[in-house]
Amino acid sequence: MNYNWNWHIFWELSPDGHGTYAHTLLIGLGWTLATALTAWVLALVLGSILGVMRTTPSKWAVRFGNAYVELFRNIPLLVQMFLWFFVLPEILPHGIGTAIKQMPPPWGSYVPAVLCLGFFTAARVSEQVRAGIQSLPRGQNMAGTALGLTLPQTYRYVLLPMAFRIVLPPLTSEFMNVIKNSSVALTIGLVELTAAARSMQEFSFQVFEAFTAATLIYLLVNVILVFGMRFVEHKVSVPGFIGPVVKVEAGH
Amino acid sequence: MLGQFDFNVIERSLGYLFREGMVFTLTLTGIAVTGGIVFGTLLAMMRLSSFKTLSAIAGAYVNLMRSVPLVLVIFWFYFLVPYIGAWILRQSQPIQVGAFYSSVITFTLFEAAYYCEIMRAGIQSVSRGQVSAGYALGLNYWQTMGKIVLPQAFRNMLPILLTQSIILFQDTSLVYVLSITDFLGAASKIAQRDGRLVEMYTFAALVYFVICFVGSLLVKRLQQKIAIVR
Repeated sequence: MNYNWNWHIFWELSPDGHGTYAHTLLIGLGWTLATALTAWVLALVLGSILGVMRTTPSKWAVRFGNAYVELFRNIPLLVQMFLWFFVLPEILPHGIGTAIKQMPPPWGSYVPAVLCLGFFTAARVSEQVRAGIQSLPRGQNMAGTALGLTLPQTYRYVLLPMAFRIVLPPLTSEFMNVIKNSSVALTIGLVELTAAARSMQEFSFQVFEAFTAATLIYLLVNVILVFGMRFVEHKVSVPGFIGPVVKVEAGH
Repeated sequence: MLGQFDFNVIERSLGYLFREGMVFTLTLTGIAVTGGIVFGTLLAMMRLSSFKTLSAIAGAYVNLMRSVPLVLVIFWFYFLVPYIGAWILRQSQPIQVGAFYSSVITFTLFEAAYYCEIMRAGIQSVSRGQVSAGYALGLNYWQTMGKIVLPQAFRNMLPILLTQSIILFQDTSLVYVLSITDFLGAASKIAQRDGRLVEMYTFAALVYFVICFVGSLLVKRLQQKIAIVR
């Protein structure tokens, strides 16, 4: 093994004009977080609506929710990324399509990436929300009805407050998945953390320093997130209820 | 719009897409699933081992792999494997590995971390008394594991293992970042050569959807079939 380690590389100027290589990576981290956070808001809102729809008595709402989940779960994320980036502007009316294609550099790939990750993750969030609502005893729903609450009121005041507390841990891991999955956006030209590490490697030839730094940053973000969510879980926990049992499932 | 949709380009490239692309994707998936489950099970046994060092090593490995994006891991191994190979073979220069072996190693090692978590839950789902019974019969650790615990663990976890394998099949499309001709890579090459992005990417999405959807339906059927009535 004759690899020349050079940990000082991070303080050398990078040719991309942003300053040092460390700076390049930090800007990448910024884009990773920006993409993941925006996509997460979209996924949370859309996923919650879909998840609730799939537990309502309306057959069509359930069917629509199920179809959505099957569609977005069975196409690889990368293919979905290409559909949003390459295919969508072509099949939209000409004017809108051209306007999308002419968005200036970071936004031209940021917007499709956010939409793609948001809609993709919404399917997974909706699975969690549905499971959370269905894990509540049936009596809760009936009690709501018996008290004279309408269906929306039952959801708002009885079912959802408990269901969201139950699904908080799986939602945390979905949030971490969004952060990790945002790296797929590098294929449509978004310079997020992984892409920044890759460009640093291409310019400086210090492969392992660049990837080590990126790995450590991802780990750090994960650790902060886990502790942050543990704090939130503790804050919102209802006295007298033990935490939900974490069940294993397939993921990526 | 749909009027300009050129079905001909798909028809012309079917042979290339499936004979080159899909064969690569399925080969990679097959090897990675097999290797991942074997290595993942070993990792799970390490994680549950009473030797603190072993379980700490396995735990660190699994947590590391699970907190880093797959794309980054693909890049890592693409550059790291030649050096490790040179180190193992005691050569002074990084060896040539090739994109195929590099991606096989990447996916096996990466997915092993996910299979490990599934198998760990599977092993823990087997009641403690079974292990004690095995030891009481005079079986050693490997016999107890191989003949009593693991068969039940596999049976309990079969649906989740298969679902994870479908996800692995989807994830193999990420070898695109190494410009490998897997199914998506083949579609993408034709799309760019003929300027037919809409047709090729829609078709690729459709093929992936059909395969994964049918796969997940089969898993659901299997799940109902093998469910143990307790």
